[in-house]
Amino acid sequence: MSKQRVLVVGNGMVGHKFIDNLLQDSQADNFEIITFSEEPRLAYDRVQLSSYFSGATAADLALTDEGYYNENGVNFVLNDKVVELNTKENYVVTASGRKESYDKLVLATGSFPFVPPIPGNDQEHCLVYRTIEDLEAITASASQSKVGVVVGGGLLGLEAANALKAAGLETHVVEFAPRLMAVQLDEGGGSLLRRKIEDLGVTVHTEKATSEIVEGETCRYRMNFADGSHLETDMILFSAGIRPQDELARQFDLEVGERGGIVVNDNCQTSVDNVYAIGECALWGGRIFGLVAPGYTMAKVAVSHITGGSETFQGADMSTKLKLLGVDVASIGDAHGNTPGAQSYTYNDEIEQVYKRLIVSEDGKKVLGAVLVGDVEAYGNLLQLMLNDMELPENPAGLILPAGSGEASVGLGVDALPDTAQICSCYDVTKGQIKEAVANGCVDMGGIKGATKASTGCGGCAALTKQVLDAELANLGYEVKNDICEHFAYSRKELADIVRVKQIKTFDELLESHGHGLGCDICKPTVGSILASFWNDYVLKDEHIGLQDTNDIFLGNMQKDGTYSVVPRVAGGEITPEKLIVLGEVAKEFNLYTKVTGGQRIDLFGAQLHELPLIWKKLVDAGFETGHAYGKSVRTVKSCVGSTWCRYGVNDSVGFAINLEDRYKGLRSPHKLKFAVSGCTRECAEAQCKDVGVIATENGWNLYVCGNGGMRPRHADLFATDLDDDTLIKYVDRFLMFYIRTADRLQRTSVWLENLEGGLDYLKDVVINDKLGLGAELEAEMEANIGNYQCEWKTTIENPERLKRFKHFINSDETDSSLAYVAERGQRRPATQEERIQSVELVD
Amino acid sequence: MSQWKTICSESDLTPNTGVCALVDGEQVAVFYCGKTKSLFAVSNYDPIGKAYVLSRGIMGSLGDVPVVASPLYKQHFNLQTGECLEEPEHTLKTYPIRNEAGEIQLQAA
Ligand code: SRM
Ligand SMILES: Cc1cc2nc3c(=O)[nH]c(=O)nc-3n(C[C@H](O)[C@H](O)[C@H](O)COP(=O)(O)OP(=O)(O)OC[C@H]3O[C@@H](n4cnc5c(N)ncnc54)[C@H](O)[C@@H]3O)c2cc1C
Ligand code: SF4
Ligand code: FES
Repeated sequence: MSKQRVLVVGNGMVGHKFIDNLLQDSQADNFEIITFSEEPRLAYDRVQLSSYFSGATAADLALTDEGYYNENGVNFVLNDKVVELNTKENYVVTASGRKESYDKLVLATGSFPFVPPIPGNDQEHCLVYRTIEDLEAITASASQSKVGVVVGGGLLGLEAANALKAAGLETHVVEFAPRLMAVQLDEGGGSLLRRKIEDLGVTVHTEKATSEIVEGETCRYRMNFADGSHLETDMILFSAGIRPQDELARQFDLEVGERGGIVVNDNCQTSVDNVYAIGECALWGGRIFGLVAPGYTMAKVAVSHITGGSETFQGADMSTKLKLLGVDVASIGDAHGNTPGAQSYTYNDEIEQVYKRLIVSEDGKKVLGAVLVGDVEAYGNLLQLMLNDMELPENPAGLILPAGSGEASVGLGVDALPDTAQICSCYDVTKGQIKEAVANGCVDMGGIKGATKASTGCGGCAALTKQVLDAELANLGYEVKNDICEHFAYSRKELADIVRVKQIKTFDELLESHGHGLGCDICKPTVGSILASFWNDYVLKDEHIGLQDTNDIFLGNMQKDGTYSVVPRVAGGEITPEKLIVLGEVAKEFNLYTKVTGGQRIDLFGAQLHELPLIWKKLVDAGFETGHAYGKSVRTVKSCVGSTWCRYGVNDSVGFAINLEDRYKGLRSPHKLKFAVSGCTRECAEAQCKDVGVIATENGWNLYVCGNGGMRPRHADLFATDLDDDTLIKYVDRFLMFYIRTADRLQRTSVWLENLEGGLDYLKDVVINDKLGLGAELEAEMEANIGNYQCEWKTTIENPERLKRFKHFINSDETDSSLAYVAERGQRRPATQEERIQSVELVD
Repeated sequence: MSQWKTICSESDLTPNTGVCALVDGEQVAVFYCGKTKSLFAVSNYDPIGKAYVLSRGIMGSLGDVPVVASPLYKQHFNLQTGECLEEPEHTLKTYPIRNEAGEIQLQAA
């Protein structure tokens, strides 16, 4: 039998899925596949498109590559649009004139963004959001713009707004309807979402119809609205909905719906038997499905029909859970309560900004739908109750009430779900498949993702997938692990609890009672840091010394050649000329490379072990203290000059920075801690990228937390406003101690917060509202810590026993003869390997 | 066979840490495990970081193997054989070592 020729028009998410499924089919060999794409690349993950703005590349987003298609004999043509279709003679023609015949034709042409017919909508900085090329255009335009407007307050519009905001633009959303996400949310949900988004600095304009886009006065353009008002902007992103790409069907006589979409039956066949339509271009039961999961199901159905199988398409669930501009939003089933007789429960907490509405059937027994804003933890449970048509528990309100509210919150153990329950809709993975993967040896999320693809799409099912995994592991008698290393079957948090509760004071005690083996370079420093956080003992006592990284043992950071750096504390970055001179003199005497750091202090590099105590003796005598640049501890509190000198300053940022630095110096924590204090909103100290940021206001201080520079920068969150000194310090005490108690090893506050269940709101609850009743305890722990502060360098140089370690050799006074330096810009630096080999002129 | 050379006394060693000794011109990293009371001696040169620093690494165990982690880039070296666990193409020279009545003694090349 000769091969059947299958032609796929469109290589988007669904077109590719179809091809992939057909290749996996047992009859794959009977088919020859050819696909055309209008885009310049093969299928990529459009769902994750926005991650392009946070650094993902086209390669990261790719769903397949040319190698895979070549290996499997799939012919593909990129950058060539199919423009003609002949269903009588079974061929298509492309824009470049290429003609190809087919036995089966699959239309997977997706959709295109709808741009409302507003005069002026075709100007250079009026853009849409659908393809990688669109994103490139947006990035280019944003770089020449200060203000951006998104037209459309739906799901994609808000995603686009997030992108503009992240690009640093003043961002507006203009919506025609009276509320945001009108399709998915009800009135209450929509208005809370609006409030939250506006709190983030995005301005929302509802009930605005744009009548024209003209030249602007203060910006590039002006949008005139039907109600006579206007808005100035430099760029406009249209995200006013999508329209099915049904051009071919329309022009070449396939049946299309009244409002667009290629009509298909349950087999995904169009009005012509050997022509199929799948994905966003297809209209089934009068509906278009604008999500990827239903498209994937259609791809499966079409493959089944072509290969003689019997799967049919029966519609799809359109529930969604997303994070939009950092706000959690979910919509399930009949969110508007349109089903006759539907009743609802509503929970609306204006203080905590949480809105939840549960829609149940007339008899009150089944979930019909739900809207969740601000807290979407119930999503998984509710969705499963609805999809599996399960009976509601006794008191359904408990499903949306916050935990611990007296009304015992009614959980739904994943154990109650049938094996057929769909856990991941993107990849159609059932609970049964996850169980099977566990039985075959997957014990963590990575394994499950690899084996089933669950939660590798939109990620919305990650929590539920993890629950199923954990429950299944527990059923099979596994312990669910997040052990820190092979020596301790505990997480950092658990170890910290053990140390605190059992009053354990040494690593050996802990290893003896709770671990095995000798320990390693993971658990030793971790336990060392925990011990130091709670007991703040001198870290170089014999029983602690083996726990420390070399940096902590020798109280300096090891450099590439094995020498160390010297970083004295310069609290708040303020330094007297006398002290500056001392630093210069010491650097000169020991020939240390000298550099001003990014943390507002001065680093002296290239000290050998035996020189460290000599150098520090001089520094301590001159009144310097260690800067803890080596420790997982408080680094610097950066400051701006503030109100004492600056004409704009509203408070003494330097003074307060020094107070904070003196208070928290020496505090050991899971990772380093950085602070900053700015004297006014101009923010010259860059406080909003610090773990703790403080900005002066007319009425006190605004406190920001959990910012991060470094590898993955994170903007800090505003935590509390207009605080006086004492309240601010109280909050910071609690915040830091709570972080120290609960964070993982090497987890900065930014990552910790992102992983903290309940997020920022929960953190505020604990710190500001003292929800856990821990406040006094946390403060007392901090006080004890502060009371135990010592300058480790001072303690060290006063103790001759300690100083013995500061020798390169235990049995000789010689020094490391392998060190070699070359001169550069008036100072020395380590010679490179090449320079050593070529014996470039070395200096001392 | 070369001579045993005393480098220090037992009381000079801090359990679970390393020190560096100079023996016949070679830099030797010496480790003392407090729990098993064993002594180990390997070259102080980190062939990956290319500096004489191994005595300043953290010692411990991985499985049954006693190891030191380089303080520069954290690769682990087997203290008994000198082999690098992550990059086995690198092996440290090892040295015979003993505790002779409280004297720590090494045999260099
Ligand atoms: C010296 C300095 C660079 C300079 O010449 O300016 C520096 C040097 C080092 N940084 Fe840094 N960082 C320095 C300011 C910064 C800053 C800027 C700041 O603090 O405002 C940042 C970004 C802000 C932040 O951390 O949020 C920064 C982000 C990092 C990171 C990435 C952290 C992250 O969360 O992604 C690391 C790696 C790590 O900690 O795991 C790092 C690690 C290091 C280490 C410890 C790497 C190492 O192990 O050798 C460097 C050794 C310091 C030494 O030998 O003394 N350094 N480092 C700066 C010392 C400031 C000080 O006075 O203490
Ligand atoms: C920013 C963004 C975020 C999204 N987020 C989510 C989400 O969180 N969850 C979710 O479920 N869905 C989301 N979606 C929707 C999801 O991406 C789509 O449902 C999915 O891509 C549809 O797949 P498709 O193959 O039908 O269409 P597409 O992926 O659009 O693929 C169609 C392809 O066909 C090509 N084509 C069209 N006509 C022709 C022709 N005549 N000749 C040749 N090629 C042609 C097009 O250029 C395109 O490459 C999002 C979409 C966007 C834009
Ligand atoms: S932040 Fe304010 S006070 Fe500080 S230097 Fe800038 S303008 Fe001056
Ligand atoms: S539901 Fe989208 S990844 Fe599972």
